[in-house]
Amino acid sequence: MNLQNIFFEIEKVDADVYDRMDSRRSAMKEFANFSGKVALAAMPLALGSMFKKAYGQTPTDVVDVLQFALTLEYLEAEFYTLGVPRSGVQTNAGAAGIAAFTKIRDHENTHVAYFKTVITSLGSTPIAKPTFDFTGGKGVPVVGPFQGWDTNYDVFLAVSQTLEDTGVRAFKGQAGRLINNKTVLTAALNVHSVEARHASHVRQMRRARGTATANTTLYSGSIKPWINQKDSNIGVAPYSAAVQGNYNGEENIVQGGVTITSLPGNASLDAASASFDEPLTKAQVLMLVDPFIV
Amino acid sequence: MKRQMSSPPLQDEKLISSFGIQRRNMLKFFGASAAVVALGTACSKNNNDDNNPADTGVFLGAGDFQILNFAYALEQLEAAFYIQVVTAANFTTLFPTLEQTYMNDIRDHEVIHREFFKAALGSNAIQGLTPNFSSIDFTSRLGILNAAKAFEDTGVSAYNGAAQYIIDINYLGLAGKIVSVEARHAALIRDLISNGTFADELDTNAKDIEKTPTAVVDIANTFLTTKISKRGLPA
Repeated sequence: MNLQNIFFEIEKVDADVYDRMDSRRSAMKEFANFSGKVALAAMPLALGSMFKKAYGQTPTDVVDVLQFALTLEYLEAEFYTLGVPRSGVQTNAGAAGIAAFTKIRDHENTHVAYFKTVITSLGSTPIAKPTFDFTGGKGVPVVGPFQGWDTNYDVFLAVSQTLEDTGVRAFKGQAGRLINNKTVLTAALNVHSVEARHASHVRQMRRARGTATANTTLYSGSIKPWINQKDSNIGVAPYSAAVQGNYNGEENIVQGGVTITSLPGNASLDAASASFDEPLTKAQVLMLVDPFIV
Repeated sequence: MKRQMSSPPLQDEKLISSFGIQRRNMLKFFGASAAVVALGTACSKNNNDDNNPADTGVFLGAGDFQILNFAYALEQLEAAFYIQVVTAANFTTLFPTLEQTYMNDIRDHEVIHREFFKAALGSNAIQGLTPNFSSIDFTSRLGILNAAKAFEDTGVSAYNGAAQYIIDINYLGLAGKIVSVEARHAALIRDLISNGTFADELDTNAKDIEKTPTAVVDIANTFLTTKISKRGLPA
């Protein structure tokens, strides 16, 4: 491989190519470590990836990701801000449940403020908060499947779990678009893991609720803090069908070309699927949350 | 906080200038500003180059292999911990049934993560590491849960802090798929210790707080007989 020629050729075609590269020092370090620690086999891949980076993502990608994140945080924040003080939660959640949803609400509102700040610091205007319909009826009365989301605690719990699990998948789907911006990537991942903590706790709450109310039809299967195959553990119509799209794809057991159940250890389908959460694209997420946006 | 500039060692500088690239572009290429070129200078303490003879731990490799081996090392540690917990004679007396189910599930996940990285790395994988759990109290439920909490929270902060150094977008995607599962674990363990504490150590923007790879290696090494080297780690 003739690096000298490659660099010259690229410079000839695009004199500004090196300007366009983010100063990813660790990527550059790889080429500095000529004392033998770089596996030669790794170099072409890294070289190709690095140049691909220069053309692959633009600053507008970063803002677009942040506006999308803000949209989802608006959705969650509004759901909890409106829902926590209403009868579903207040009458049925108990002290621990109220405290948990209050904490989650506060986090989501903080996330809204945070993303607005980041977007503004990048020179863009944060999108305005949409109008939401948490029955999932797009503003049309009695059409949405989640009627009584604020008065029926079981419905509130189902929507909460779904929003949190979907938020995790949404952030995950955007991480690649942030690969050139270390700061925003790291920030997004640090929000993403908090949403996963929320999801874990809400799932535990749903499991406890199912046990306490002896309701194994709505609280279906074995509810865990993680997702087994593509099971929503929301077992009753119309909720079941309404949320399945948010869980489809989670049954995947092939990661990076490796079939998880073939690895040493004889993993079950549940474990193989639960050990990796799956991304959703922006388009997929927008389609799933569309019924909530008037 | 501005990061310390580093430069390629002197021998490599000669190699690079032989390419004949315009100096300005070469400097951008190596991430140094045009005004600061320190040829062959000693690197700062925070620059984990290979010049520390005292660091004889297992070398993680370079580029993405380094980050994947970093993750592989952590998953080895977590898997070993949970295997020890669930196979211990006292397991079924220390933990109620539901918690036994959870701990077995987590064990399954960590073993999968470990085996996945091993398979993905192939001949680039580091060796199996021998853990040192002598500082952990395995005689009580809370002793075990507090150790689990440390492993899981550290795992989350490790993935979140290392992701920025991943070059291949596919590996970034895989790291992303795993970190949220570790966060689910972390939240559960915290709730088993004290219900409601699932997300209690966040920054003022309600975000998890990442750790640098070297900080994580320092923590991991306190639980390892076979130490990991920090040579070449980006931060």
